[in-house]
Amino acid sequence: MTTAQEHGGDVRLTGISKTYGSFTAVHPLDLTVPQGSFFALLGASGCGKTTTLRMIAGLEEPSSGTVHLGDQDVTALPPYKRPVNTVFQSYALFPHLDIFENVAFGLRRRGIKSVKKQVGEMLDLVQLGEQARKKPHQLSGGQQQRVAVARALINHPKVLLLDEPLGALDLKLRRQMQLELKRIQTEVGITFVHVTHDQEEAMTMADTVAVMNGGRVEQLGAPADLYENPRTTFVANFLGTSNFIEAEVAARSGDDLILKAGDCKLTLPTARCTGPTATGAKVLAGVRPEKISLTHADDAGRIPEGRNRITGRIADSSFIGVSTQYVIDSPACDSFEVYAQNIERDARLTPGAEVVLHWNPAHTFGLDAAQDVEAGASKVEEDASA
Amino acid sequence: MAVLRWLRRNLVVIAGLCTLAYLLLPNVVVTVFSFNKPKGRFNYSWQEFSTDAWRDPCGVADMCGSLSLSLQIAAWATIGATVLGTMIAFALVRYRFRARGAINSLIFLPMAMPEVVMAASLLTLFLNMGAQLGFWTVLIAHIMFCLSFVVTAVKARVMSMDPRLEQAAQDLYAGPVQTFLRVTLPIAAPGIAAGALLAFALSFDDFIITNFNAGSTVTFPMFVWGSAQRGTPVQINVIGTAMFLVAVLLVLAGMLAGKRRNKQSR
Amino acid sequence: MTTPLAEAPPAKDPEGPAPAPRKPRRRGRLVPYWLLLPGILWLIVFFALPLVYQASTSVQTGSLEEGFKVTWHFATYWDAATDYWPQFLRSVLYAGSATVLCLLLGYPLAYLIAFRAGRWRNVILVLVIAPFFTSFLIRTLAWKTILADGGPLVGALNSLHVLDVTSWLGVTDGDRVLATPLAVICGLTYNFLPFMILPLYTSLERIDGRLHEAAGDLYAKPSTTFRKVTFPLSMPGVVSGTLLTFIPAAGDYVNADLLGSTDTRMVGNVIQTQFLRVLDYPTAAALSFILMAAILLMVTFYIRKSGTEDLV
Repeated sequence: MTTAQEHGGDVRLTGISKTYGSFTAVHPLDLTVPQGSFFALLGASGCGKTTTLRMIAGLEEPSSGTVHLGDQDVTALPPYKRPVNTVFQSYALFPHLDIFENVAFGLRRRGIKSVKKQVGEMLDLVQLGEQARKKPHQLSGGQQQRVAVARALINHPKVLLLDEPLGALDLKLRRQMQLELKRIQTEVGITFVHVTHDQEEAMTMADTVAVMNGGRVEQLGAPADLYENPRTTFVANFLGTSNFIEAEVAARSGDDLILKAGDCKLTLPTARCTGPTATGAKVLAGVRPEKISLTHADDAGRIPEGRNRITGRIADSSFIGVSTQYVIDSPACDSFEVYAQNIERDARLTPGAEVVLHWNPAHTFGLDAAQDVEAGASKVEEDASA
Repeated sequence: MAVLRWLRRNLVVIAGLCTLAYLLLPNVVVTVFSFNKPKGRFNYSWQEFSTDAWRDPCGVADMCGSLSLSLQIAAWATIGATVLGTMIAFALVRYRFRARGAINSLIFLPMAMPEVVMAASLLTLFLNMGAQLGFWTVLIAHIMFCLSFVVTAVKARVMSMDPRLEQAAQDLYAGPVQTFLRVTLPIAAPGIAAGALLAFALSFDDFIITNFNAGSTVTFPMFVWGSAQRGTPVQINVIGTAMFLVAVLLVLAGMLAGKRRNKQSR
Repeated sequence: MTTPLAEAPPAKDPEGPAPAPRKPRRRGRLVPYWLLLPGILWLIVFFALPLVYQASTSVQTGSLEEGFKVTWHFATYWDAATDYWPQFLRSVLYAGSATVLCLLLGYPLAYLIAFRAGRWRNVILVLVIAPFFTSFLIRTLAWKTILADGGPLVGALNSLHVLDVTSWLGVTDGDRVLATPLAVICGLTYNFLPFMILPLYTSLERIDGRLHEAAGDLYAKPSTTFRKVTFPLSMPGVVSGTLLTFIPAAGDYVNADLLGSTDTRMVGNVIQTQFLRVLDYPTAAALSFILMAAILLMVTFYIRKSGTEDLV
């Protein structure tokens, strides 16, 4: 029965959903998180990611479906009988207990008498051995976060659930804790399910990311895969930035589709188009800003053949050190974003300059034009305060 | 000019301190007159310094008996009102159920009702039931009017409690009973203590409702009331001063202990 | 790996395999009722039911010797109202004046504790609460000494001609303060002042100190800051403070009895006398109901007007 052991930490959600009255927080959803993986549920607030996590923890009763941990159906188990622990948003450390007792809480509830050694080791692991007798409010945010992790991990859960664990930390500390959590996960080998609205956090830490929107999983995959091959405008906009050109399939040529957008012709590998591919169909041709090269219109002749190209005029540029971000007005798409590495800067590339944008056709992705181009685009402003 | 400006800037402070003086003046008088040696039966005007009353605080017939009765009633009323009130407060904050509005008004009304109305109504009930007025009727009345205050105090605390704390306890293998004993109750404790303290003070000091429902039983406030008609012994002032001092000292000691504990653990 | 189902989850098939045992949490449904039962029952039996008895008593006629019977004699209300309207009027006037005085005296102190006291904050708070621990009757009796005829305070007021003004207003009588309306109002103010200060302090303390700086930064003078920022934000405290002062003051009879005279009797005094001395229960019950109705009406109107409904 090696498989049972190997998959003892699998989390399997089958047809799980949650409705509150007439509001559906999570649509019926199937999901398997393999043992030992670092899995992220990514989405804006209210997308159902926390509800999903809480159903795994047992803090929310699913309206339908089942939750399996390995081979065990835990749907009917209350949270205190599930071999699952949670790092809560804003930590939920017990204010009336000191750090030691907070960490020892789970052990004591399971009737373990001699907790001293274990708690000591765990506190050392998170570098808080000195603070054992302090109360939570006497610690800094980063320290409290580590206590919350220690308090959950000491129970050796099959799955550790993290609900926006870094949301309350400032940027620098957050970066540091991301690495720290990743290190701990590699060390203990427990399955981590991590809920976050921060795409960077999800991509840095997780092996697999599920992007959620409106109570459904929009797309699931490895971070790089999601980034390079978004299947919806929501994913394309929520993970990084994307430029979209509204186009029409004009012809097929081998493995490529030839698209017509205004006066320009673009090439799109058929395999990278998730929208319709029939001639005459409307598609959105997307390209990431950092894939694009900028050439001044006077030098247009020097651009190699075979690249997708469109013309435009620089509307705005901002220098941010490693790169310069340009906003370009083009007949094909207003406010095209281009990130150019600052290697050899062309002094002529200033607002008002006529330019040609060009990129490798293999970096183009095609989406169904029947979606909202802006979906998921405003996440940065919305969540900055969350 | 500078003086005027200083006055203007500190007007609030001066006015506030005047109010504080107004609040404390009677206590000063009570204390000073506890050292008086009155000529007649009433202790309203200064005669000469004496420590007689302090040396014999129970020297007045029935006074210390009424004091101990009041303390007993206050203790039982506090226990009763705190237990019942805490249960109601938890139910109100934590659960959804029918008739919530009606229950909320039933709790609010005793606080918005003039005491004399409650006192009279309760007496009507007891008379109609033919109940023997005394210790039990007073205790019942005190639990009744303290209840709402306990509910309010505990409710405020429980409402401000992060529900995630209890979820965290459940997540860490604490069943419902363990969660309540180990997490909910300790965190709600300051609210419950505040409610209990308030109940004790209200019960101990209550006169109007007690006066209606006590029959021939005499609590300390009733003793004071009676002595205002018959003659006020100096010992009343001794008791009043002692209670004031004990209260202030207890609070100050508590504050100091709290400060030291904070310093130690820092 | 994920295939969101196109349709709603299949409804439970009655013939299919037995569903997994549901969580036992349904059992928790009765918990709130068990928690509420004893306390609410207590309030129903010893608070609500007495009011019903009281209502029935108020429409009874008879005498103590022959017993009382319900005769729906509503004229008792009319008689009580016409006989004792001066006492009602006095109750409202005295309690109203005491409430206004409490607000005027209490606000500076609450403000002082909230914003200016610094490390003295807790000490002053203790001093505000501590008098509670001395029986209020003892403290009220102390006012008899303070306001005594020919005492230093009355003497000072007299020589400053303050008493001439108050006599002209009709709240004092010649060079006496004790046994006048002023003494009763003064006692009521004193007794209920902490009930004004504490809610005021609670709502003032919640105000972010930076709001004052922001108002100053936006060209508000200190007085304007108070009018436009501090006071509006303290309204919840003002409302609950005035209610906590006015309601008990309107029903009080201790101050009127100890510090006043027969000319300062309030409704509370009448109810007490009718109930405990005259033993005219119907009249006393009717008076209680009129007082209760009047206060509830005023309170409801006041709460509506001030728009603060979440007092409980």
